Amino acid sequence: MKSPSDFELSRRKLLAGSAASIALTAAPSIVNAQVPAVEAAVADVSAVWKVSLTVNGAARGLTLDPRTTLLDALREHLHLTGTKKGCDHGQCGACTVIVGGRRINSCMTLAVMHEGERITTIEGLGTPENMHPMQAAFVKHDGYQCGYCTPGQICSAVAVLDEIKAGIPSHVTTDLKAPPQLSNPELRERMSGNICRCGAYSNIAEAISEVAGRPA
Amino acid sequence: MRFETPATINPIDQLKVVGKPADRIDGPLKTTGTARYAYEHHEGVSNPAYGYVIGSAIAKGRIAGMDFSAAKSAPGVRAIVTADNAGKLGKGDRNTAKLLGGPDIEHYHQAIALVVADTFEQARAAAELVRVDYVRTDGAFDLAAVKDIAKPRPVFGGPADTAVGDFADAFAAAPVQLDANYTTPDQAHAMMEPHASIAAWNGDKLTLWTSNQMIAWGVGEVAKTLDIPKENVRLISPFIGGGFGSKLFVRSDALLAALGARATGRPVKVALPRPFVFNNTTHRPATIQRIRIGAARDGKISAIGHEEWSGNLPGGRPEGAVAQTRLLYAGANRMTATRLAVLNLPEGNAMRAPGEASGMMALEIAVDEMAERLAMDPIEFRIINDTQVDPEKPERPFSQRRLTECLRTGAERFGWNKRNPQPGRVGDGRWLVGIGVAAAFRNNLLTKSAARVRLDNNGVVTVETDMTDIGTGSYTIIAQTAAEMMGVPMEKVVVRLGDSTFPVSSGSGGQWGGNNSTAGVYAACVKLREAVAQKLGFNSAEAEFADGEVRSGNRRVPLAQAAGDSGLGAEDGIEYGDIDKKYQQSTFGAHFVEVGVDTATAEIRVRRMLAVCAAGRILNPKTARSQVIGAMTMGVGAALMEELVVDERAGFFVNHDLAGYEVPVHADIPHQDMIFLDETDPMSSPMKAKGVAELGICGVAAAVANAVYNATGVRVRDYPITLDKLLEEMPDVG
Repeated sequence: MKSPSDFELSRRKLLAGSAASIALTAAPSIVNAQVPAVEAAVADVSAVWKVSLTVNGAARGLTLDPRTTLLDALREHLHLTGTKKGCDHGQCGACTVIVGGRRINSCMTLAVMHEGERITTIEGLGTPENMHPMQAAFVKHDGYQCGYCTPGQICSAVAVLDEIKAGIPSHVTTDLKAPPQLSNPELRERMSGNICRCGAYSNIAEAISEVAGRPA
Repeated sequence: MRFETPATINPIDQLKVVGKPADRIDGPLKTTGTARYAYEHHEGVSNPAYGYVIGSAIAKGRIAGMDFSAAKSAPGVRAIVTADNAGKLGKGDRNTAKLLGGPDIEHYHQAIALVVADTFEQARAAAELVRVDYVRTDGAFDLAAVKDIAKPRPVFGGPADTAVGDFADAFAAAPVQLDANYTTPDQAHAMMEPHASIAAWNGDKLTLWTSNQMIAWGVGEVAKTLDIPKENVRLISPFIGGGFGSKLFVRSDALLAALGARATGRPVKVALPRPFVFNNTTHRPATIQRIRIGAARDGKISAIGHEEWSGNLPGGRPEGAVAQTRLLYAGANRMTATRLAVLNLPEGNAMRAPGEASGMMALEIAVDEMAERLAMDPIEFRIINDTQVDPEKPERPFSQRRLTECLRTGAERFGWNKRNPQPGRVGDGRWLVGIGVAAAFRNNLLTKSAARVRLDNNGVVTVETDMTDIGTGSYTIIAQTAAEMMGVPMEKVVVRLGDSTFPVSSGSGGQWGGNNSTAGVYAACVKLREAVAQKLGFNSAEAEFADGEVRSGNRRVPLAQAAGDSGLGAEDGIEYGDIDKKYQQSTFGAHFVEVGVDTATAEIRVRRMLAVCAAGRILNPKTARSQVIGAMTMGVGAALMEELVVDERAGFFVNHDLAGYEVPVHADIPHQDMIFLDETDPMSSPMKAKGVAELGICGVAAAVANAVYNATGVRVRDYPITLDKLLEEMPDVG
C-alpha cells in the first residue's frame, strides 16, 4: 500500500537519533517492516520497536509503533484499561502509574523508553475480590463518583505515602530538615496533579488519611 | 404504574435497605480499574481501527477545498470520512449544530473529517497531513456587543417573560432599592472521560459502545442522523466517566465512529482529544443578568425583577437564568425576561443545573447586597421573604419547602453568629477572613421511567433498565430499591444498566435520575411481587416479602423456591399524572462558606464549607452526600476560576484544555460538611425522594462571592472572582 515517502525517511532518521540518546539507559531495538501477521495493528508501520516491560510482576513483550505512549501500550496493546486517558497531555493525572516505585503520567512518556522497567498499574494493586487497602478505603469513604479519575488517584495516593516515608519534601513543606508529615495540606498539595471533576476530594483525603493512619 | 395521588405507606417505608449509607456496589470495579468505559470494550470488538477527528480551524464560513493526497498515502490509513462522502446525514433534534460539518462551518472545531487508520498513532499522524482551505465569513462572538438585539425566547417549556402585579411602579416606589448587573462566563463541563465511542456494524445493525447519559434519546438521535430505523441501533453505556450534561446528547465521536466503521468494514474507536472537547462539544453559555429588588424598610420585598441575556448558535436555547427567581422569594410585583442573541461560538447547552446554577450565581449576590442596604442579616432577609406558595401562582403550594430550616440549621452548625457584618474587619495573620451564605434552590422534575426485574431459582433478583450511572450512584440505589421491595439483601440483587435493549428509563440529567429511575424499579417490583404471590396462591396485598421469603398468614416460602426453575419476571414503569402541576416540586438548601483573602496578593482560599439540603427522602446518604460535596466543589470552580476565554476576533474558546481551563484540585478544597434534613415528599413518587445533584451547585458560587465581600469589602459582580478584580480595592491593612 505504501512506499516510503521523503517524510517517512526523515522520520526514521529522527527515530534513529532518539534511539541513540536513549541507549544510555536502555537498548531498544529497531525492527524493520517485516512483522508477524498477528501484529496487524502495526503491519504498515515502517519502523516498529520491540520493548520488554514488567507489568504488575509479569514480563510483557510488545512490538510497537515507537510513537506509542506508555498509556496506550497499556490500554490498547495489553488491554489494561484501568489506567485512564483523561487528557493525554499530562494535565489531569488519570493515567498515573507507578514506574520503578515513582508515580508518573503514563501519557507523557513513550513505552519504548521503559525497556526492562517495572510498572505497577491499578490492576496490579488489587482485584475486586482482594482489594489493596487504598482501594478498600476509597470504597468505604466514597472517594470517587464516576470512577474515571479513580485508578490514577489511587496509584498517586499509594505513591504519595511512599514519598512521605522516603522523606521527599513538597511545595508546602515548611521545614525541609524535618521528615515530612502527611498533614492535610501536604496531602492535598501532593494529590493536586490528580483532577477529580466529580469533586470527591474531601472523601479522597479521608480515605488516604485512614490508610496512612492519621485523621483527615 | 400511574402515580397520580400522593404516596401512602409502601414497602419502601420499611427502610431496611433504602436510606442506608451503603457502599457503592460498583465500587470494587471502579477502584480496581475493572469497570469498562466506552473506549475499553475490547471484549466484543476484534481488530478495531482508530479514528482521529479533524475540526474546523475557522468559526464561520465554508470549506473551499480539502487535500487528502498526503493523508491517504500515509501508513495505515484505511478511510477518510467527510460530509462529502458520508452519504446523506440528518441532524438530531437535540443537536443545534451538525456533528459533521462541511462545506458550511457553524463553529470552531466543528468536526469536518475523520481519518481512520490501523493504529491511533497512524490516524493522528495522517490527520496532520490533511490540508483544508477555508473561506472565512464574519460572525458574532461578543455577548455584550449583541445584547441589545437579543430576542425573547422561551426556555425549558416555560415562557420567555413573566409579569405579576406592577413591577415598574412598585420598584420605583420602594424605599430601599437594588439595581445591579452581573455576568457569568462560558463554562465547560470538563468531565474526566472525554467523549468516546466504539462503533461496529453487523450487516445493517449498528452497535455503539459510547459514553452517554440518555440511552433512549441517543438511539433516536443516531437513527435520525444516519437515517436508519431505531431498531437497528444499539447503545451500550454501562460506565460513564462523568457527564454533567455534556453527554446528554450524541456527539461527533459516536457519529464519526459509526461512519468510519461503515467506510472500513471494521469496528472503529473514536475518542475526542481533550483540547478538542471544549470547542467541539457543548458548554454552559455566558450570561449578562440584571436584577432589581425593591423592599420596604422592614425587609419585605415589594418588587423583584430578573432579566437575562445569553447567546447561542441559530436554533439554540437560552441559558434560563431567571427560572429560580420566579419561585424563590415572595413579593407581590414581579417580572422576569429571557433574551437570546445569535452568537457563532460553539454550541451552548445544558451543564449541571442549567439555568439555576447561573441564575443563583447572580440572584444570591443581589440578595446579599439588598440585605446590606436594609442593614439586615442576610439570613433573616431570606427568611422574611420565604414563601410556601408559588409566588407567581399563589394557588399552587410547594409540595415541601424547608428553606428556612436549612438556613437556621446551617447558621447554627457553621457558627454564623461569629460573622462580623462589617466587611474587611476580621484578620488571621496575613489573611482577611469572611463568611458568606446563599440559598440553594433547584426544581424537582418528574419523568417516566421503566425497568424489568427477574427472580431466579437462587433467589437472585436481576434488574435491567437503560438508566445510566454517571457517578451518581444509580447502580447502588437501584439495588437498594429492589432489595427493599423483594425482601432480600443487596448481595442478592444484580443491576444491569446502560443498554438500549433494556426498558427505557428516565436517564441521567436534571437531577431527575435518582427519584424517577428508582420509582420505575419500584413499579416493576410491585408487579413481580404480584406474580410471586399469584403463583403461590397468596393474596398479593397481604403477602410480606422479607428475609428472602414471602409470607402470608402462617405460610412462608423461600423466594428461590417461589421462582422455580423457570424463574419469574415482570416489567413496568412509573408514569405521572398532573401532581407536579398542582404542587410545585423543588429542592432547597443553604450554603455556608468561609474564605481567607491574602492581604497582599488578594489570593482567595476556601477554608470551610457547609451545605444543608432538604430534598425529599435520601435514598443513600453516602452517595447523595458525595453528589452534594462534588457540586459544592464545582461551585467553587465557578466562583473562583472557571472561565472559557473567548477570542472575540477568531471566535473560539482559547483555553481549551485542562491546563488552561482551570477546575478545582485537591489543594483548593478543604474538608466539606453537609447535612440532609430528614424529609419525605409523598408528591414526588412512591420513593418520596427528589434530586440532590444539582441542588448542590446552586448558590455555592454566590456564597463564596459573599464570603469574599465579607472578608474584603470588595463586591465583584463579574465571575470568576479572580485576584485581579480585588487588588485595586483591597482595604489597607495594618
